[in-house]
Amino acid sequence: MADQKDKADKRRHRLFKYLRKEVLPTAFCPGCGCGIVLNCYAHAVDELQMDPNDLISVTGIGCSSWIPSPYFMGDTLHTTHGRPIPFATGAKVTRPDKTLVVIAGDGDLIGIGGNHLIHAARRNIDIKVFMVNNLIYGMTGGQLAPTTPAGVPTSTSPYGNVEHPFEIAELVAAAGASYVARWTTFHVFPLMESMQKALTRKGFAFIEIRSQCPISYGRRIGKRTGTEALQEYKETAVRAQEAAEMTPEELAGKIVVGRLAERDKSEFTANLRQLNDEIRKKDAGRRPEDWSIS
Amino acid sequence: MIEIDEELCKGCGICVDFCPLKVFETSEKINSKGYYVPVPVKEKDCVGCRLCELLCPEFSIIILNE
Ligand SMILES: Cc1ncc(C[n+]2csc(CCOP(=O)(O)OP(=O)(O)O)c2C)c(N)n1
Ligand code: SF4
Ligand code: SF4
Repeated sequence: MADQKDKADKRRHRLFKYLRKEVLPTAFCPGCGCGIVLNCYAHAVDELQMDPNDLISVTGIGCSSWIPSPYFMGDTLHTTHGRPIPFATGAKVTRPDKTLVVIAGDGDLIGIGGNHLIHAARRNIDIKVFMVNNLIYGMTGGQLAPTTPAGVPTSTSPYGNVEHPFEIAELVAAAGASYVARWTTFHVFPLMESMQKALTRKGFAFIEIRSQCPISYGRRIGKRTGTEALQEYKETAVRAQEAAEMTPEELAGKIVVGRLAERDKSEFTANLRQLNDEIRKKDAGRRPEDWSIS
Repeated sequence: MIEIDEELCKGCGICVDFCPLKVFETSEKINSKGYYVPVPVKEKDCVGCRLCELLCPEFSIIILNE
């Protein structure tokens, strides 16, 4: 055991400085996309030569929520189900010098935490959200999520899903985020670049990462391996520019990838700070009993 | 140079299936967790694109270009 660890340590893995290597291998099932997202995230941080101490990674509950915690080195907040964005909001308001990154699943961020997501996008708070969309509640055994495609059988829809799923990246773009993209776990190089862009751009940045859950999702639709899911992503991905020219019928069954929105917009914590400074200046020397509402 | 940390591998086969030059093959070798680990049988053909390094969900593969 000890010399295995030694061997791993000696591998000069430049990424290991971003990982808690004592907890590897991961707890993810073989072929799960969560490991690929973690890998791309560590590569993105490495390419930017960021100090992991400048990052605060925040997460919720689910398999995807294990990506930053326990695997990523540095400050992490492992919060309650659906609430990483509120925790990250508090952290960003009090520590504007830190880069706040939320990595969690679709069940967490658009299921139980959906309202936080759209309002964070509307406020344009400087948080980077990398949402792992595996179309299911993976950790709890494959229950229907608000992202599960119509017709798909799950443990809570054994005869097929009768609902319509959210198109989350489009929703977040419409809500006002300053950067929105969608990639899949097959598109590792553009995903890594997109993460770098999100990490360095001011404002609310959102990347939806279509990812595979071979065990709780794939198994029920006859795609039991990570490879089959990646093959599907490779075959069905359509670039956003091409998708703009296509009809809804042509887009059925396709995954639109690429940048979906990028806009400059004032940022929430900066606005808040500026207002605070102005009021403090104006009110300097005034006592609470002098305050009036009018 | 391709380095594989066999003890991290979960035998998912993604590297075997997605290397554009088909450098890897699944071997008969089993690691201590019971997974069949890949071997870079055509390591000479590797052009160092790092696709396998990024696609591996377990940080098992490292391409050392230096
Ligand atoms: C308040 C609360 N409700 C429900 C749960 C049970 N629960 C744990 S993980 C999870 C779903 C996670 O789904 P997702 O965020 O998509 O992550 P995945 O496991 O698919 O990566 C649920 C419902 C919980 N832990 N807390
Ligand atoms: S249940 Fe699904 S999402 Fe969770 S680790 Fe396994 S494959 Fe990944
Ligand atoms: S992609 Fe990684 S975990 Fe999967 S078989 Fe290859 S080396 Fe092993």
